[in-house]
Amino acid sequence: MRFELTTDQQDFAGSLEALLAAADTVAVARAWAAGDHAPGLRLWQRLADQGVTALLVPEDADGMGATPVELAVAFEALGRHAVPGPWVEAAAYLATELSGEARAAVAAGRVVTVAVPPHTPYALDADAAEIVYLAGSDGVRTASAGEPRTSVDRTRRLFPVTPGPVHDTADRAQEAFDLAVLATSAQLLGAGERVLADAVTYVKQRKQFGREIGSYQAIKHKLADVRIALDFARPLVSGAALDPTPRAVSAAKVACSDAAYLASRTGLQVHGAIGYTEEFDLSIWITRIRALVTAWGTPAFHRARILETLRSA
Amino acid sequence: MDLHLSESESAFQAEAWAWLAANVPAEPLPSLDTPDGFRLHQEWEARLAAARWSVVSWPAAYHGRDASLVEWVVFEEEYYRAGAPLRVSQNGIFLLAPIIFEHGTPEQQDRFLPTMATGERIWAQCWSEPEAGSDLASLRSTARRDDARGGWVLNGQKIWCSRAALAHWGFGLFRSDPEAQKHAGLTYFLFPLDADGVTVRPIAQLDGEAGFAEVFFDDVFVPDADVLGAPGDGWRVAMSTAGNERGLSLRSPGRFTAAADRLLALYDERPDPRVADRVVDAWLKAEAYRLYTWGTVTRLREGGDIGAAGSVNKVWWSELDVALHETALDLLGADAELASAWLDGYTFSLSGPIYAGTNEIQRNIIAERILGLPREPKGAQR
Repeated sequence: MRFELTTDQQDFAGSLEALLAAADTVAVARAWAAGDHAPGLRLWQRLADQGVTALLVPEDADGMGATPVELAVAFEALGRHAVPGPWVEAAAYLATELSGEARAAVAAGRVVTVAVPPHTPYALDADAAEIVYLAGSDGVRTASAGEPRTSVDRTRRLFPVTPGPVHDTADRAQEAFDLAVLATSAQLLGAGERVLADAVTYVKQRKQFGREIGSYQAIKHKLADVRIALDFARPLVSGAALDPTPRAVSAAKVACSDAAYLASRTGLQVHGAIGYTEEFDLSIWITRIRALVTAWGTPAFHRARILETLRSA
Repeated sequence: MDLHLSESESAFQAEAWAWLAANVPAEPLPSLDTPDGFRLHQEWEARLAAARWSVVSWPAAYHGRDASLVEWVVFEEEYYRAGAPLRVSQNGIFLLAPIIFEHGTPEQQDRFLPTMATGERIWAQCWSEPEAGSDLASLRSTARRDDARGGWVLNGQKIWCSRAALAHWGFGLFRSDPEAQKHAGLTYFLFPLDADGVTVRPIAQLDGEAGFAEVFFDDVFVPDADVLGAPGDGWRVAMSTAGNERGLSLRSPGRFTAAADRLLALYDERPDPRVADRVVDAWLKAEAYRLYTWGTVTRLREGGDIGAAGSVNKVWWSELDVALHETALDLLGADAELASAWLDGYTFSLSGPIYAGTNEIQRNIIAERILGLPREPKGAQR
């Protein structure tokens, strides 16, 4: 029993953190939102070089053969830095559900995306992807993208898709979905941590009525509640990463959605009007969190799934 | 990262479960805050001790099993899963014993620990005073030096002393140096509750039972042998108990995972889709607490300490406990107001956000010590 990251896992987290901290990911996200994919695709390739797209692919299929724990570590970092792109779709869902050469291409860093109705009805960032897929009960098909829909998160470009021919699949749709849920949870956790950290920094320097607003108990207690919520969402992510059962990943998704959403609401509240502006970077995380709360299954869906597994146990 | 128990830990778990399954009373005991319930709980403690399950983490010399922290958590999970009674000796075992192990003399350890393990002597905690609740350092009860008799003379009043109505001995802080600063000049005393000059006045709780009491001290003599730690060092000595109480030891995850399981069983009996999400949240938060505890255990085992994270823990379990029981009462519908184990548990849970430092105090600690936010200026709030 050792319920903490191993040294190797910590080193992996550290190297991703260093890469992303130096990558001006806010500028990357803003460019992506404006339709300029070039900086985002360069970052995609650098992260693929670190193995992020190959984590779930076995070594004998040219992947990293890593575990869902490393997946969670990577997606927490992607969330903390608001990295744009179809990461969950490629590195979690398709890396699990595709087989053969298509899967090896994902591992190597090809940008791909997928729609998985009903929970993920649109293909995220299909305009930036080389291949667009549609996953259904008869497997994974290639698909063509229609006209984009506008997301609350301007870095998420959502496309309806029209199915094409059936493609190679590994028949692991359930597992792929659950790993996508896990990755989304970890991303929410990272985004929540980031909003809390930025809010703490802000309330320590912002003064009203002659003192830092972070010294007021009303502010302190709100931020303490965010700290508590994130601290108890994290072990559910780790637990789900060790054993990604439907119940465990749903628990992680519910807890991370609640905690990150609380972080975003609190972060906005303590920033005041500046936080409400598009120009201020906080807006990127606030809108990302709102989108991820319902992506890959709403909290209501996941709560219902948890209850079902508990009652049939 | 893993959650596997070792072979010996699994064997320990199996042994604990087997004993509990065979020995836990079939019917719940009456409340430990009633004279009958208190006596029956003491008998249960004796039975636990005879099989060396009352204090598994203690040395064998004091009825323990030298169990590791992992084994302790495993035992607690099995204990509550088996539906075993609340621990009438928990003040002693969880709050006082760690202090006696750390600060007590060998003589004190030999004198106080065995009867604590067997439940023969039940301890009351006497922390608060009418003017000092969460702001413990402002307490006023005094200890005056009596060199002639080799000890101290206690005067003053303690309040909200849990278990004091029926317990045998108490522990608490007294101001032994009136000149010293707030936190300095406090001394940690142990005293019999039937000593000359001690008056115990039970206070009925909102459930009607005398779970706590006021204790008045009128020239109560305490010999040097019953001072815990150095005179004047009481604050530092006491703070290690506060950490335990807020953190890991008082509220093991088994309590909540077992209660969440009972809540799910209740939901199966009386399914109500309008309450379903809250049932799920109760289970989910108990599960989060269980996993969080394994993280804490890992950090402690690797040399870390609980520190301010104990405050995060305390807010979480106390609010979870209330939410879990509120959800059960809502499932019970109009029957919720009738006396039941759920109602008892609910009433008990209401004390969680209040005691061991209110949750408002805990949130201040989290904000200041973990998030690094500035303290409120003097005079504004404290």
